[in-house]
Amino acid sequence: MSLSPLQLCLLFSSALFCVGLIGALARSNTILVLLGVELMLNAANINFIAFWRFGPAPSPATGVMFVVFSIAVAAAEAAVGLALVIAIYRHQKNIRLQEAVRLKG
Amino acid sequence: MSIAFLIIALVTLGSAAVAMSLRNLIHSALLLIASWAGIAAFYLWAGAEFVAFAQLLVYVGAVSMVVLFAVLLTRQSRVDMAIAPDALRRIVAALLAGGATLGVLFGAVVSAPLPIAASATPVTVSVRQMGQELMGTHAAALLIVGALLTVALLGAIILASTGREDPPGVAPPAVAPPTRKTS
Repeated sequence: MSLSPLQLCLLFSSALFCVGLIGALARSNTILVLLGVELMLNAANINFIAFWRFGPAPSPATGVMFVVFSIAVAAAEAAVGLALVIAIYRHQKNIRLQEAVRLKG
Repeated sequence: MSIAFLIIALVTLGSAAVAMSLRNLIHSALLLIASWAGIAAFYLWAGAEFVAFAQLLVYVGAVSMVVLFAVLLTRQSRVDMAIAPDALRRIVAALLAGGATLGVLFGAVVSAPLPIAASATPVTVSVRQMGQELMGTHAAALLIVGALLTVALLGAIILASTGREDPPGVAPPAVAPPTRKTS
């Protein structure tokens, strides 16, 4: 059987999603968990572009608009997440997730 | 399928996988920059030039710097950048969960009744067209994203800033004072 370009793009993005998922689940460093989540977000953006390019009825700009807004939200998420990492480090002097068991500072 | 797509996919996936398995955080961050650049190359290959350069600017330019600063600000020792190894049980469980997810996704994608015939003529979106869409159809979304970015940056500053420095000899107050703006 032969795979269409759309299916190949979807396979690529799902492989990237699973790499991010494994990283977010396996690592105990907060920064690496956050980077795994970023990889999963990027896989979702790749899906948008793939469906926009190879989808059945590509509307002119909808997919591109969606990805632009998604990148903006991902940037905000990365900034807040890394600020949280620094706040956790200031409280407990390391950023291992297993030791972040208190909500009160 | 073109060779370029395969090369882009291999570079992106390989650098992401190696980055997620290394112990040195600096090496992980640099490999993830390579992975993000590969994703930008994928956008270029797919014909979404504006998104590709937005990805380059935001991820390769900005997010990578924030990640590197966070790595350097939170390191444990001054010379050794390696972190403690993770528990083997967690790694095995994560690999099982990720592998199961990968199998389900691959099966779903391969067996889905997607349209085989790709659109022969690639659609191109000019920057002018995008600007008109942003200012016309998606003007409300643009405003909301602007407000969201402002609030997120203010929140990040408040979260990461230190409290007011107390003069020596004075007991710190019981309740932490509101954080001051970083200089």
